[in-house]
Amino acid sequence: MRLAFPLVVSALLFSLGVFGVLVRRNAVLVLMSVELMLNAANLNLVAFDAWWSDALHSGQVLTLFVITIAAAEVGLGLAIVLLVFRNRGTSDLDDLGLLDESAEQEALPDDWLDMDGAGRVAPGREAAS
Amino acid sequence: MILAPLIVLVPFAAALAGLAVGRNRLAAGRVAVIGTGLAMALAVAAAVVVWVGGPSVDEWGTIPTGWIPISVATRADGLGVTIAIMVTVVAFAVQVYSTAYMHDEPRYGSFAALISLFTAAMLLVVLADDLVVLLIGWEVMGMCSALLIGHHWERPEARSAAVKAFVVTRLGDVGMLAGIIVLADLTGSFRISALESSAVTSVTLTVGLVLVLCGVVGKSAQVPLHVWLPDAMAGPTPVSALIHAATMVAAGVFLVARLNAVYALSPVALAVLAVVASVTMVFTALAALAQDDYKRVLAWSTSSQLAYMLGALAVGGYSAGLFHLLSHAAFKALLFLGAGAIAHAVGTTMLSGMGGLRRRMPLTYTVSTLGFAALVGLPPLAGFFSKDSVLSAAEDAAVHGGPTPGWAAWLVLLAGLVTVLLTAAYAARAWLLAFRGPPHWGTAETGVARSHPALVPHDPPPAMRTPLVILAVPTVLLGVLAFVPSVVSGMLDPGDATAAEAGGISIHLGTAALSLVLVGVGAFAAFAEWAQLGRRDPAAALGSFRPLLADGLGVDRLYDSLVVRPLVGLSRLVVAGDRDVVHAYVRGAGRAARALGALPHAAQVGRVQRYVTAVLAFVVVLALAGAGAALW
Repeated sequence: MRLAFPLVVSALLFSLGVFGVLVRRNAVLVLMSVELMLNAANLNLVAFDAWWSDALHSGQVLTLFVITIAAAEVGLGLAIVLLVFRNRGTSDLDDLGLLDESAEQEALPDDWLDMDGAGRVAPGREAAS
Repeated sequence: MILAPLIVLVPFAAALAGLAVGRNRLAAGRVAVIGTGLAMALAVAAAVVVWVGGPSVDEWGTIPTGWIPISVATRADGLGVTIAIMVTVVAFAVQVYSTAYMHDEPRYGSFAALISLFTAAMLLVVLADDLVVLLIGWEVMGMCSALLIGHHWERPEARSAAVKAFVVTRLGDVGMLAGIIVLADLTGSFRISALESSAVTSVTLTVGLVLVLCGVVGKSAQVPLHVWLPDAMAGPTPVSALIHAATMVAAGVFLVARLNAVYALSPVALAVLAVVASVTMVFTALAALAQDDYKRVLAWSTSSQLAYMLGALAVGGYSAGLFHLLSHAAFKALLFLGAGAIAHAVGTTMLSGMGGLRRRMPLTYTVSTLGFAALVGLPPLAGFFSKDSVLSAAEDAAVHGGPTPGWAAWLVLLAGLVTVLLTAAYAARAWLLAFRGPPHWGTAETGVARSHPALVPHDPPPAMRTPLVILAVPTVLLGVLAFVPSVVSGMLDPGDATAAEAGGISIHLGTAALSLVLVGVGAFAAFAEWAQLGRRDPAAALGSFRPLLADGLGVDRLYDSLVVRPLVGLSRLVVAGDRDVVHAYVRGAGRAARALGALPHAAQVGRVQRYVTAVLAFVVVLALAGAGAALW
């Protein structure tokens, strides 16, 4: 069999995964898209293993590793998504923007250099500009 | 002689022990009274040893400095032990008095301990034979006086008076420290005895002695550094008695007496001293005329009387000046403790809140009258003899010549006679307003109802009464020393060759008669004005000068505009420089870091898919670049 067939399929799978990760808004579907990308890589590994006729079949061995780790990762990821859903009532990625600091940047007061730990300005420095 | 360091260490130990038991009022009082009493007994014992067996100078150790070593040396001579007795007697009277006077005071423990420390420091000054050791006692005394004046630190005027006393005396001490270094450089030793034996007349010596005079002027409250003394009245009255009679201000006079043999070598330094003393005498007596506060009258009077002593020392009247120091210690302590008794009874020290206390407080009246009579110099009280021995010494120096230039001696004599007149006037005024005339106590301004039977003024309790009686004895009897001048000069013998020249005391009939006439004129003027005004304040006769005199001729305001305000302005400038220049760099570093941080900050949008997009775009760019590089 020609090497190009599995590689093209793998490329299609990977693109599908990237597309899913970038545009899907549901966290579960994003996870599934990640799985697609992983499996595209697996397909490549198996294809090249066969093409090289590797005596140790390291490609296939690595694939087994990836499958195992992907299973664990999905378990973990789904658990996180489940907890997020339970806590926030949504798993929509567009609504999970807690790390956003660009919009409401915490404005430091002008005399922050003169403050102690509790936010009090040291005496005698009140007039600092 | 082991007694000399013991005299210093006993009150010092009492101060430490007093601080340790400070919370227990009874124990603190006992420690203070017993410690001071023990020091008094030791001082008397040392005096007997010195008077019988001659002076002794001992060195207990040296402190290497890399330059001239400091000797921990004591000098128990006639001058030292006599002044030590004076110090301990007054301190003992003050400690006993305080147990009653400060009875309701929450900080009595630290107060009594500080007075013990004060006494120890003064005794160190008196008994030291090393200028640096003396300076240590001198400075400890300055610290104690500031702390004691600021005893009522809740009150702003007490706080500022304490700071003022500290800063003003320190100003003089800077000069004094420089003077000590100049003198030590000249003789190669800090020892006073070495200085006395090796000093010769020279310009350097004069410079050193004039610099030392700066410290004397500050400590003894002479013009122009007299400003702290009247304000020091914010302290408790026993402290005023101690500062004004035995310690602090007496230290300046003592130092000049201690260095008398050296000062005799420098007519210029003596002339400076004479001018300062003459100006102070008249100036402060004038200010005392117009004071509204009983204690402030006494405070200004202290400056004036100290000027007598320094004037006497300036014209070579060594024994006369110290004789006046002793009698002044007795009668001024008596007057201050009497003032405390009055304040205790009527709740104010303002003259306007007193009057008519003669019948209510017969004992206080009697002893204060004795004190005032001694102050103006009425025979046969101690003040008459001591003041007239000062005037006679000035006359001697003026007519027959002395260690100081003739014009300076004339100046001291003239100022002394004018001051006699002024002293009689202000003393008579204060006496009339406090004890005679219609009563003013118990009016609304003092807050004590006159009708209230428990608050009718009365003589103080025994613990305050006894010191008054004890101090009245030398006030009356110390004058007998004038009839035995050889005893006085023997008693005050500093134990060096120059003592013989210093001479004893003598009283000339001419100056004595003249000063008695002046006393009569001054007192009569005050009395006549008082009677004419319907037994009201005779100071009204001063007219428009009164506010100026009450203000101390505006010296405080002058210093305020010349020194204090420029200094405050300068410190504002320094603060502004720190805040707006130095701090601006620190601030700038912070601002720059924040601005740099804002750049990557903008990318943190909180949308995970944007991050992934960015990563992908970056990978694509890398891949294209890699491919491009491989093909090219």
